[in-house]
Amino acid sequence: MRAFQATHVKLRTYWVLTKPLQSGLLLTTGLAGFMSARCPVLNWQALLALTGSLFLAIGGSTVLNMVCDRDIDAKMKRTANRPLPLGRVEASNALLVGLALAWLGVGWAFALSPLYGTIVFAGLFFDVVVYTIWLKRRTPWSIVWGGISGGMPILAGRALGTGQIDWIGLSLALGVLLWIPTHIMTFNMRYYEDYRRAGIPTFPSAYGFQVTRVTIALSSLAASLAIAVAAIGIGMTWGYLRLLAVLSAGLLALAITSVVRPSERLNFGLFKYASVYMLSSMLLVVVEAI
Amino acid sequence: MMMMMKKTSILDRLLLLATGILAAYQVAVGIEGLGTLAILCYTIAFGVLLIAGLLLIIFSLEILDNPLVVVVAAIIPLSLSLGLVVEYLPALGTVYQVFVTLGLLVIAVTRYVTPGTIATVVLAVVHGIAGLLIVGLPILLSLQGRAPAGFALVGVGGALIGLGGLLLAFLRAGKPMLSKETIYTILPGLLLLMTAAFVAGFALA
Repeated sequence: MRAFQATHVKLRTYWVLTKPLQSGLLLTTGLAGFMSARCPVLNWQALLALTGSLFLAIGGSTVLNMVCDRDIDAKMKRTANRPLPLGRVEASNALLVGLALAWLGVGWAFALSPLYGTIVFAGLFFDVVVYTIWLKRRTPWSIVWGGISGGMPILAGRALGTGQIDWIGLSLALGVLLWIPTHIMTFNMRYYEDYRRAGIPTFPSAYGFQVTRVTIALSSLAASLAIAVAAIGIGMTWGYLRLLAVLSAGLLALAITSVVRPSERLNFGLFKYASVYMLSSMLLVVVEAI
Repeated sequence: MMMMMKKTSILDRLLLLATGILAAYQVAVGIEGLGTLAILCYTIAFGVLLIAGLLLIIFSLEILDNPLVVVVAAIIPLSLSLGLVVEYLPALGTVYQVFVTLGLLVIAVTRYVTPGTIATVVLAVVHGIAGLLIVGLPILLSLQGRAPAGFALVGVGGALIGLGGLLLAFLRAGKPMLSKETIYTILPGLLLLMTAAFVAGFALA
């Protein structure tokens, strides 16, 4: 019984290391990319394989990021309670788990399709090596590489469904890439002191809050356009396009209001709405395909 | 004395989410096959309702204290009533379109330039006309047999939105009909009932 409890606690701890909400959102983009191909989407074997391989690769990459960033996490109030800074998990063990998950995920992806595997591997490489290890502590522009890696799951899903990289897949990936600043920079502003204390260069610390807000607004506009273009390319019906336009209008209204009448509350609201927006957009693609 | 703010409960969030989903359904599916201008009007009305539901979940009911809410909230009855007029009273379409555009503009301007009695009167007149149309037109058309009986539910939805609007308007004017706590407790349910009535009414039309 005690051994069972200990295993349960350990599993829960490692589950936290995979950032389930963030990984879930990225996984949803991958599924949406796959379903956007209008291939036999209700083929449960293909869906299971896509879900499994992507989840393992994204989870592995997230655990590896946690290992690399454990010193930063310890300095930031928001992240100081994560398992690694608290010492509830040994860094070496987490590294092994992260590598194992990533290896399994990428390996499974390559087994499904070399093209799909290459894109999944690229996402992991850009995220862990280029973004986290190389650029995150050096330049606020690292966010671009974070965005590129964030766009990989949807591109991978689309490539698995169509067997090629097409303009729709690239447009979907661009949509996610351009959405990332809204997601990350609102967080950078909310936890400005945390990032400053940890010595992480961010857009607000490098260029100021107002420039960051304008960047978020422009980025939100560009993301909405990229997703709309992809949706038209997919052949989304007018009804769903209308709904997408409404959701995009909400995102833009909040982003513009944040520029004109900035407040901390509005900034965090924009962060939350941006997540709802991305999830809803992806669900629209999925529902449309079904 | 500072008034205690009602916390947004899980039930409130669920009701608001259901409101948002119904409004999303109406935008995506429920208005297919209508004229372009009517679709545009209904998309704006239900779109604002959808976004409002999401924002109430994200920011909690406190967002209702924001002065901008009055202007945004006016968009719902104005665009909804314009859609009805365009669809069922096309002869009055252009005139009412001008009224709606000017009405919204004047509401926005008076809110910021001359807040107080003038702004309240303007809001009451514009809102009132739009509200009467939403309540009266579907019921009248149903009674006359020019629309199926179920279309009268749109009028019921209009009455519910009117009730919510009145409660909030009197609260804002400092003469609440019910306590703020009570109003904020019933509002999510009222919004859901109203949206459900609209969606059902349009589906039966």
